[in-house]
Amino acid sequence: MLDIKNLKASVEGKDILKGLDLQVKAGEVHAIMGPNGSGKSTLSQVLAGRDTFQVDGGSVTWDGQDLLAMPIEERARAGLFLAFQYPVEIPGVSNAYFLKAAVNAVRKHRGLPEFDAMDFLTRVKAEMKAVGMKEEFLYRAVNEGFSGGEKKRNEVLQMALLEPRLAILDETDSGLDIDALKVVADGVNRLRSPERALIVITHYQRLLDYIVPDHVHVLSQGRIVRSGGRELALELEEKGYGWIGDAGEIHAAPPAAGGA
Amino acid sequence: MSAVDTWVSAFHARSAQQPGATLPWLADLRRQAIYRFADEGWPTRRHPRWQHTSLAFMDQQDFAANAVAPDAAAALARLRGDDAGHWLVFVGGRFNAELSDIGALPAGVQLTSLADALDQHPEAVQAAFGSATDGDSPAALNLALATDGAWLRLPLGVALEAPVHLVFITNATDASQHLRNLIVAEANSEATIVEHYLGEGEATTLTTAATRLQVDADARITHLKLQQEAEPAIHLASINATQARGAHFASHSLSFGARLARNDIHTRFDGEGCDTLLNGLYHLDGRRHVDHHTSINHAQPRGNSREFYRGLLDGNSRGVFTGRIIVAKDAQRSDAMQRCDNLLLSRAAEADARPELEIYADDVKCAHGATVGQMDEDSLFYLQTRGLDDAHARRLLTYAFAAEALDRIALLPLRKQARAALMARLPGGELLEELL
Ligand SMILES: Nc1ncnc2c1ncn2[C@@H]1O[C@H](COP(=O)(O)OP(=O)(O)O)[C@@H](O)[C@H]1O
Ligand SMILES: [Mg+2]
Repeated sequence: MLDIKNLKASVEGKDILKGLDLQVKAGEVHAIMGPNGSGKSTLSQVLAGRDTFQVDGGSVTWDGQDLLAMPIEERARAGLFLAFQYPVEIPGVSNAYFLKAAVNAVRKHRGLPEFDAMDFLTRVKAEMKAVGMKEEFLYRAVNEGFSGGEKKRNEVLQMALLEPRLAILDETDSGLDIDALKVVADGVNRLRSPERALIVITHYQRLLDYIVPDHVHVLSQGRIVRSGGRELALELEEKGYGWIGDAGEIHAAPPAAGGA
Repeated sequence: MSAVDTWVSAFHARSAQQPGATLPWLADLRRQAIYRFADEGWPTRRHPRWQHTSLAFMDQQDFAANAVAPDAAAALARLRGDDAGHWLVFVGGRFNAELSDIGALPAGVQLTSLADALDQHPEAVQAAFGSATDGDSPAALNLALATDGAWLRLPLGVALEAPVHLVFITNATDASQHLRNLIVAEANSEATIVEHYLGEGEATTLTTAATRLQVDADARITHLKLQQEAEPAIHLASINATQARGAHFASHSLSFGARLARNDIHTRFDGEGCDTLLNGLYHLDGRRHVDHHTSINHAQPRGNSREFYRGLLDGNSRGVFTGRIIVAKDAQRSDAMQRCDNLLLSRAAEADARPELEIYADDVKCAHGATVGQMDEDSLFYLQTRGLDDAHARRLLTYAFAAEALDRIALLPLRKQARAALMARLPGGELLEELL
């Protein structure tokens, strides 16, 4: 579904992604972990199409197409969804309008009938209930004055409504209490299906207790320095990221559990 | 013959047919005004209040009536919908009784055309008419040439439930229209007055308009102006309010049409504890130019003023805002706040925002700020990642920027009219219709 090869990206002349490889197949859940500043958000923003980041090399193939050549909205319509680490506040635009415009833009592209006001409200209210958002959030401006947790719920709500084929969650769990975390995990798990894939970017293994990944990758200094199964996340939880060298290289292997 | 002389001859040709022509005070006033205009001519950049908007070109400008008149009845029907309210319609600068529907009024309220008011209660009109020295030379021209307008007098303590709508539509015979609206709100009265300026066609027409509002103690007056003239039109207008103790005045100036529009909006606190809101929104494209020159005179203590102007500037357009705030020496505990924010939708558009603060009192709160910026890239990206294309995302953010100004219009039906007027201007506004 998604094939990233030797991806290099920079911002303002500063290299951030330095040759990143990742393959995601339908039905899989990948977790990407890594210290702050390792390039996790950069990767997700490049995949979504943010042009502040310059792609300097490598390729990203999405269902055989060159993802990097697609306009931002085409990626979204084709089923790519990014839950932002820092969702954007848009004063003056009601959440209801925003959600409906988004859902209908995507449905139109998929050859589905656009929702009318009633259908949309029924649908959105059901999803809001599932993510624990009060109805009043429909009538407030997009993310404006929302708490951190409310913004993250709003991201999960958008994901549920847009029914993406590949969802990237960029630290959707950060700053959430355990109840909110469960809501997020629940939203993600409801979306899981053999046709869909997920990339869960997280700082903590905690989320992965609820969203069990098939693969775990460690990103450091713009490269994936280690990949493994679920146990890698547990190991990271225990050891932290200290075992990754400053230059991003791995010092042999992580120290054995209980070792020095 | 210079163009100024053209206006002076037009004055002499028309003066006998002007409403109230037989009233000596009015004939005098009009003569003084036209002499002043002839003497001063059109303001140029050398004039301190016209530094960003020169009317020097008016000397060479020819004006012509449009070949075809807008369908006034249809335009009115679109605007009015099924609103009961009080509707006064003026076509080509003259009251049109057939299209108007003044409706039922509480006892003692006078709501008529200015021409009728000059017949019925000339003394009251004289007291409210203003003088030849008011404003700058275009205001003097207006005083000399004004053919009609609205007269509204609210007696003590009377509130008009429904807004008074004044609709000004151009016609196919007059190259210019000159309107004067006089509003006298006695103590504790309350009303909302809406001025709609509508025009269609390719001809360069001129509108001058003057609205004077006397807001007596504790009266509450909201004034909304929706300027939607035809693209080639020139629109020169002033709104002057005086507020007595505890009076509340709100002005919303929405400027969407005309090639050049100038609005002078002034209010003065003549008593303690007055309250004012000056809210404005303009949308410009092409080579169009709009200038709002505002002033709030805190002449008395404990006044509160809030001023918010927002501009959407596209193409090679230019938006000018001047916000003068005067706080007199004895006007202690005045509180003034002013903001002007402009969104540039193209690289060639230009915005000027000038606060002019003259504070002579020491116990004063006064804050002001101005911004000029482009569309927020983070917001654009966010919308696009949700499947909205670039054009839709830009329209939505443009609308969102304007919405803050629209949301200050308290009466919902008026806010909707203002929204519809804005949507009609934004390319692809129909996509945003559901926001209404
Ligand atoms: N817009 C930007 N301008 C300059 N530097 C940036 C920008 N975005 C990210 N960076 C830098 O790139 C590096 C990677 O950032 P990021 O991808 O946000 O890391 P992570 O999400 O893993 O914490 C950091 O050093 C960060 O400071
Ligand atoms: Mg990040």
